[in-house]
Amino acid sequence: MIGYYFRLAIASFRRTPGLTALMVAAIAVGIGVCVMAMTIYHSMSSNPIWWKNDQLYSVTLDNWSPNEPADKKRPSLPPPQLTFRDAEAILRSDIPKHTVIMYKSAGIVSGEGPRGPIAPINTRTRVTTGDFFPMFDVPFLYGGGWDRRADMGPEPVMVVSAELNRKLFGGIDSVGRTVRWNDREFRIVGVMDDWNPMPKFYDVNNDPFEETEHVFVPWSWGKTLNLLSYGNTNCWKPDDFSSFETFLNSECVWVQGWVELPDPATRERMQSFLDTYVANERRAGRFERPNNNRLTDVAQWLKDQEVVESDNRVLVGLSFAFLTVCLINTVGLLLAKFLNAASISGVRRALGASRRDLFVQHMVEVGVVAAVGALAGLGLGALGLKGFRQLYEYTQTGVLNRAGGLQALAHIDGTSVSIAIALAVVATFAAGIYPAWRIGRIHPGTYLKNQ
Amino acid sequence: MLEMHNISKIYRADLIETHALRDFSLTVNSGEFVAVTGPSGSGKTTFLNVAGLLEGFDTGRYMLDGSDVSKLSDDARSRLRNEKIGFIFQGFNLIPDLNIYDNVDVPLRYRRMKASERHERISSALDLVGLGSRAKHMPSQLSGGQQQRAAIARALAGDPKFLLADEPTGNLDSLMARQVLDLLEQINEMGTTIIMVTHDIELARRAQRNVHVVDGQISDFKSYESLASQPYGAAPAVTVR
Repeated sequence: MIGYYFRLAIASFRRTPGLTALMVAAIAVGIGVCVMAMTIYHSMSSNPIWWKNDQLYSVTLDNWSPNEPADKKRPSLPPPQLTFRDAEAILRSDIPKHTVIMYKSAGIVSGEGPRGPIAPINTRTRVTTGDFFPMFDVPFLYGGGWDRRADMGPEPVMVVSAELNRKLFGGIDSVGRTVRWNDREFRIVGVMDDWNPMPKFYDVNNDPFEETEHVFVPWSWGKTLNLLSYGNTNCWKPDDFSSFETFLNSECVWVQGWVELPDPATRERMQSFLDTYVANERRAGRFERPNNNRLTDVAQWLKDQEVVESDNRVLVGLSFAFLTVCLINTVGLLLAKFLNAASISGVRRALGASRRDLFVQHMVEVGVVAAVGALAGLGLGALGLKGFRQLYEYTQTGVLNRAGGLQALAHIDGTSVSIAIALAVVATFAAGIYPAWRIGRIHPGTYLKNQ
Repeated sequence: MLEMHNISKIYRADLIETHALRDFSLTVNSGEFVAVTGPSGSGKTTFLNVAGLLEGFDTGRYMLDGSDVSKLSDDARSRLRNEKIGFIFQGFNLIPDLNIYDNVDVPLRYRRMKASERHERISSALDLVGLGSRAKHMPSQLSGGQQQRAAIARALAGDPKFLLADEPTGNLDSLMARQVLDLLEQINEMGTTIIMVTHDIELARRAQRNVHVVDGQISDFKSYESLASQPYGAAPAVTVR
């Protein structure tokens, strides 16, 4: 019978093409807006390295002022970044499987490409320990990262992004080639594959939806070249900032710290290490606030740092309210359409259709409308997301010309399709139940006599 | 056999109650051809709707082919209607966006018949009414008489025991009306019980039995001449609560 009802639905659409198009449009617009809002929300709130959630931990210590918390809105949290010396202390621990201390910087890249000299490019750079790559499962096209010896040297090696490699060398295997970075020769040891975790969980303090850096250099180059952070640097104490050396010994926080702890026992040992370290520092006059040494997994970290702003939740709520309005309109249109054809339903009742038969028949019709509406909504959502990307796209002379993380952020994926299908199913029932039920309640006699 | 005992049917709207049928009792034997006549608003169509299980009733007892239909669920009433009753209407009531074949197919679909059996029944019903060659025509492509014959084919396809006809010739000219009535008589001779509501006394004359309804009740029937002299338009009984 479902096949028969499907044929009847098609015949019904042919009878009222305008009304049908209106209903599809109402559902499509509602679902499109919802898909768009949900996709953005999902991208922003998802954990991009969920498979290591129980192994990766952000390290934070509360070295802030005894008089006030680092963040008055969230007073229970320690500062989201570390001081340079605390970061180096963590690096010295051999408890973690991997330890990453790092910060965001920048540098001018130039050199000789296959087609001659390369114009200088101002490139976002991450100064980091080499554990960054195995710890965050960074994919490589060619080569790989560097070891702890290169960090300490520091050795003049670097990893570049696939995009920078395309710009410099046309995408060939450039491992072993040299480029100039901040007026020094660096040897490329690895070319990353495209990798844009969204949100950029490893450094949410400096725009969690910014794209991944294009150059990575070993940790100690920061100190060697007096490289300042291009990200947030927060201080509370009137320290001596007369030289880079004194800045490194200040209470300013600007370094991100992460450790990989493969099991709960290792995590406990690391927590104990942090507590002992802070206790020792406290005896030396630092850490005047209550103990608040944290190892935070990625999911909790994204929540703590409020990566998804409340505006986005409001947007999702509004989009659902809009879908509800669209569905109410659809209910009205469906009622008008079904009641307009009530005489046909009356005939069917006379010929043996039960109320249930009519209900199922009309629900199939609503289902087809909802399915087409969902598909169209998916298309509208994709168009909307494209517009969203273009709205935020920027071009800055000298900076790699990309829309940043928003490129990866706003695209229709399997989740979006699932959301659209789920919404369509809900929309089908929400919009169709009443009109389909109502048509079964008509008095056929009235229509049979008057037709 | 169709048996109605003291059936009452009241339509309620706000404070007004309209007694469409009052203590209505009627027995129609298998194979009969009964004409139901009466003035407008006398309850003829309500009787037909109740008899055809399209509407319920307030009091009384109704036995259709041995089954008490008073307390049946909607599903059971629909099934009974589908299997035992065929309808013919004044306005034909063919579904406009289905061709004649698919129109005749409708009641068989609700009986969940196999495609081969449906095809056999549809072809045979269309042949019986002389529309075998018009199966793929849309209703709008047929004359009024042909449309009514298609409606008769649809009513007969399910092989019902009862054929309920509400003014079946009301929209037809006299020639076509005669053809349709000939067809109904032929169907009746094949064993189908026919109950026909009509205003037309000439048509009523051709039935085996006449039932005259006035104010929702069966009145004493005397003669066709007395029927002809009775004024139409008598109002149904109305009670204001």
